[in-house]
Amino acid sequence: MSSMTTSKLTIETLKKMFSENKRFDGRKLLEHRDISVKLDISNKAEGSAGIKIGKTEVVVGVKLSIGEPYPDSPDKGNLTVSADLLPLASPRFEMGPPDFPGIELPRLVDRAIRESHMIDLEKLVIKKGEKVWTVYIDIYPINDDGNLIDAATLGALIALKNAMVPELDKDDKIDYEKKSTKKLPLHKDIAPISFSFFKLGNSIILDPTREEEEACEARITFGISMWKDQYMINSCQKNGEIPFTEAEISKIMDTISKKFEDFNEKLKKFL
Amino acid sequence: MVQQELDNMAKEHKRPDGRKNAEMRKMSAKVGVIPNADGSAMFSFGDTVAIAAVYGPRQLHPQHMQNPATGILRVNYDLLSFSVSDRKKPGHSRRSQEISKVTEQALLPVLDLKEFKNTVVDVQIYILQADSGTRTAGINAASMALADAGIPMRDLVCSVAVGKQDKELIVDLTKEEEDFEEGEGATDFAVAKVANSDEYTLLQLDGKIQPEVVKEVLKLANDSCKEIYEFQKKTLKESIEK
Repeated sequence: MSSMTTSKLTIETLKKMFSENKRFDGRKLLEHRDISVKLDISNKAEGSAGIKIGKTEVVVGVKLSIGEPYPDSPDKGNLTVSADLLPLASPRFEMGPPDFPGIELPRLVDRAIRESHMIDLEKLVIKKGEKVWTVYIDIYPINDDGNLIDAATLGALIALKNAMVPELDKDDKIDYEKKSTKKLPLHKDIAPISFSFFKLGNSIILDPTREEEEACEARITFGISMWKDQYMINSCQKNGEIPFTEAEISKIMDTISKKFEDFNEKLKKFL
Repeated sequence: MVQQELDNMAKEHKRPDGRKNAEMRKMSAKVGVIPNADGSAMFSFGDTVAIAAVYGPRQLHPQHMQNPATGILRVNYDLLSFSVSDRKKPGHSRRSQEISKVTEQALLPVLDLKEFKNTVVDVQIYILQADSGTRTAGINAASMALADAGIPMRDLVCSVAVGKQDKELIVDLTKEEEDFEEGEGATDFAVAKVANSDEYTLLQLDGKIQPEVVKEVLKLANDSCKEIYEFQKKTLKESIEK
């Protein structure tokens, strides 16, 4: 957002168009671009998925390794989410230590996944207090054309849903080569999805292209899932200098469950 | 003499995936896989998958790296964390820094960047799935991505690894073959060359190999590179005709 590359003219044009419920590519304000999913993009990962939303492409891999539990949760496995905004994916990304978007993205994915409790971390204990599975979720954009956070969360969800726990040999060492049939312990009814709403002027849009995202003044990201037959917001984060009004938030809350349902329906076969 | 020895051995030797000794894994490639990039390509040898993006020529920062006589090439190679069995910690390792540098030197000889003074051409290579031969697949992808980006080039660069298991020479090793430990063990010899000349732009090896066998390696690599070149050319042509 608030970039140096988007011209004032573009911003003004977009602002005007959004207020007339129009977008450059003909979508409605809360309409997503086409989404496609590819499973098993890496056979070395315990689970992996490639997500395309329009021209945005993200790959996510799940790896498992054996580690020690955190002292405050000796009876739980670990979850670690990381992301690397590769310079491969955009002329905007540079080598070197992550800037704020690079730090924020994995944290938002982490919270959407963790707080939904879709992973049964208690079942990832090998020996209580000593040895547990660590679940790594690693996210890489391949082509950034906006809405990376939501694409990444979706990729993480689908990679997890298709992940296996590797086999252990008799010394409790991991045998990555042996084909495992043991699925990662997940609560099968929980499938968190994130929706980032972007604001420009008085308009709110979903799934911005990079150009739209740069023109927008603020963003709010919600992680949502189903818990005991109820929609649950699991995470929320606002970013940007412009506030969201109460009316805007309640409007978002009115639409988010429906969006979540639509996504679940569309992605059913991958979950 | 060496050739005869090789022939004899070839009769007994069986590769795990049934390939002949001089046979590469199935290649596949695609141009234009990263719309944001000025040029891009995917190249794979069997289960090893590399993607490459080219950005530039573009302004170079920091300024002190700028060269007023020519544009420079900057290559970055790395594995995605989940491309290997034991998760690779994200970020640069010494291995990836080294491969980045030798890949840069493998590609630079075919490029003419004199027109683009003070700028940089960035080549980004990442491995999605690794089953040995990642640097060679990466170079093949990068070479195609550079062509796709329209960077002035006098030729394509082709790359393949030739390995030695005990005394046997085999082309384009898989991880399983690379881990071979009997006899003289496994030697991995990564080679890149300018397609239509006999200039080798990358030569990297670990293991044990006799000097005269090195010549055999180059011959084998040369034959494979011819195949790779035809494949790269065909894929690039198809991407334009589409």
